[in-house]
Amino acid sequence: MGNILNVNNINVYYGAIHAIKGISFKVEEGEIVTLIGANGAGKSTTLNTISGLLRSKTGDISFMGSSISKMSPNKIVQSGLVMVPEGRRIFLGLTVEENLEMGAYTRPKAEIKSSLEEVYELFPRLKERRTQIGGTLSGGEQQMLAMGRSLMAKPKLMMLDEPSMGLAPLLVDLIFEIIADLHKAGATILLVEQNAQAALSIADRAYVLETGKIVKTGPGRDLISDPDIKKAYLGA
Amino acid sequence: MTFSLLIAQLINGLQTGSVYALVALGYSMVYGIIKLLNFAHGDIIMVGAYMVYYAIASFALPPVVAIALAVLVSTLLGVFVEKVAYTPLRSAPRLSLLITAIGVSFLLENGAQLVFGADQKSMDPMITGSIMLGQINVSYVAIVTIVVSVAIMILLSFVVNKTKAGKAMRAVSEDMGAAQLMGISLNRTISMTFAIGSALAGVGSVLYLCAYTQASPTMGSMLGIKAFVAAVLGGIGSIPGAMIGGFTIGVLEALVAAIGFSMWKDAAVFLVLIIVLLFKPTGFLGKKIQEKV
Repeated sequence: MGNILNVNNINVYYGAIHAIKGISFKVEEGEIVTLIGANGAGKSTTLNTISGLLRSKTGDISFMGSSISKMSPNKIVQSGLVMVPEGRRIFLGLTVEENLEMGAYTRPKAEIKSSLEEVYELFPRLKERRTQIGGTLSGGEQQMLAMGRSLMAKPKLMMLDEPSMGLAPLLVDLIFEIIADLHKAGATILLVEQNAQAALSIADRAYVLETGKIVKTGPGRDLISDPDIKKAYLGA
Repeated sequence: MTFSLLIAQLINGLQTGSVYALVALGYSMVYGIIKLLNFAHGDIIMVGAYMVYYAIASFALPPVVAIALAVLVSTLLGVFVEKVAYTPLRSAPRLSLLITAIGVSFLLENGAQLVFGADQKSMDPMITGSIMLGQINVSYVAIVTIVVSVAIMILLSFVVNKTKAGKAMRAVSEDMGAAQLMGISLNRTISMTFAIGSALAGVGSVLYLCAYTQASPTMGSMLGIKAFVAAVLGGIGSIPGAMIGGFTIGVLEALVAAIGFSMWKDAAVFLVLIIVLLFKPTGFLGKKIQEKV
């Protein structure tokens, strides 16, 4: 299996603040890779840079063999790299179904219907609420919609930014179950989480970010029992 | 005032109001998508009106050609202004964008004085005649204006609510970043919004000329301000709001004129705006969507 995503020595700045300091990592086809770290470590910044909303000053990001570090965000989506943003950011004024249609924006009309059915099968709750506007959904339903919306793009790599944020523990479990199921079905996932325990337990590999640098890497189950990680992120 | 006079004035009001509504739609759509009060919007109408004038009065082209020309030139000008003046400022503070819009407005008005001359151009009415409906004399101009405007508004509602491009416009206006993550092209969607808004302004310019038969370099400013008031009154960013706002202002002006205070009609419009905003600061239909977290 080849590398689907290669991040090579990127540096990202917010004005004078050096947020990402030369990080490199890769995601292979069929893997779940997670980036964990504290608030402000640069996890979301990394994802936003990969999806083209932010730009790296140096280094390169390549997706399926071609460089995407200068591509516009919409072109990156078209190439099959899709992100579920932090805080879900569903379109609150659009209906559930319209949100899903927007997820399939880059795809031909004829294929949308079958994808809609697939997403509704995965999230029956969304089917019940298909004509409701997004703003009336609960937090968990909004997260399902955000994930369903990105599945509509038929992504080759799905990036999830803090999918468990602000959800009740039961819903967190449900969301992680769904991520594990997608993985089993063959999806490649790059997951950013503050809930290190849950993320590490489903991840094939993990990278630990601290103030813009990768300080540790290894298989998820190894890191979960690593004493430093336990102390810093798992509260043990 | 007799009943039939009242009805006649209401129809006049609806006629003026539908022009305001068409122009207000352009304001509201552009505000909805890039949060810009595009003060150059009124001046697009002025340019459209000159196109009609020259096409008919100077080149004796058939009205259909003149109308097509006005809509085409307005659309191109609107998109051109967006590309040249607003796109480079997309990540700049909103205030820079607003000042630029005012600058573009001055540029168009003064440019028009230079190119078209400072004097008013008058032309023969394009539509004449009237029909008696019961006791009420209704001009064909009023009927055409109202019917055309309402038809365009229905078409616009369909485009915005049902088509893929319209949904993309709503998505961008709600959350630009998230829309980009769907693969929506910001440049294309924003340009399309300007194109639609300016095309509506082009139609507005034709309907305006049908009613007032005069074009002048500064005609866009008062019309633009009235339409802006209509957009704010209806709830800026809201498409049905712009329509309701436009008709409200048109009817209000006609009624104030009908009771003998025609000199005061502009003041009445602004007074109503102030009163409505005191009690409902988001206008009739503007509302913030409550976000559940």
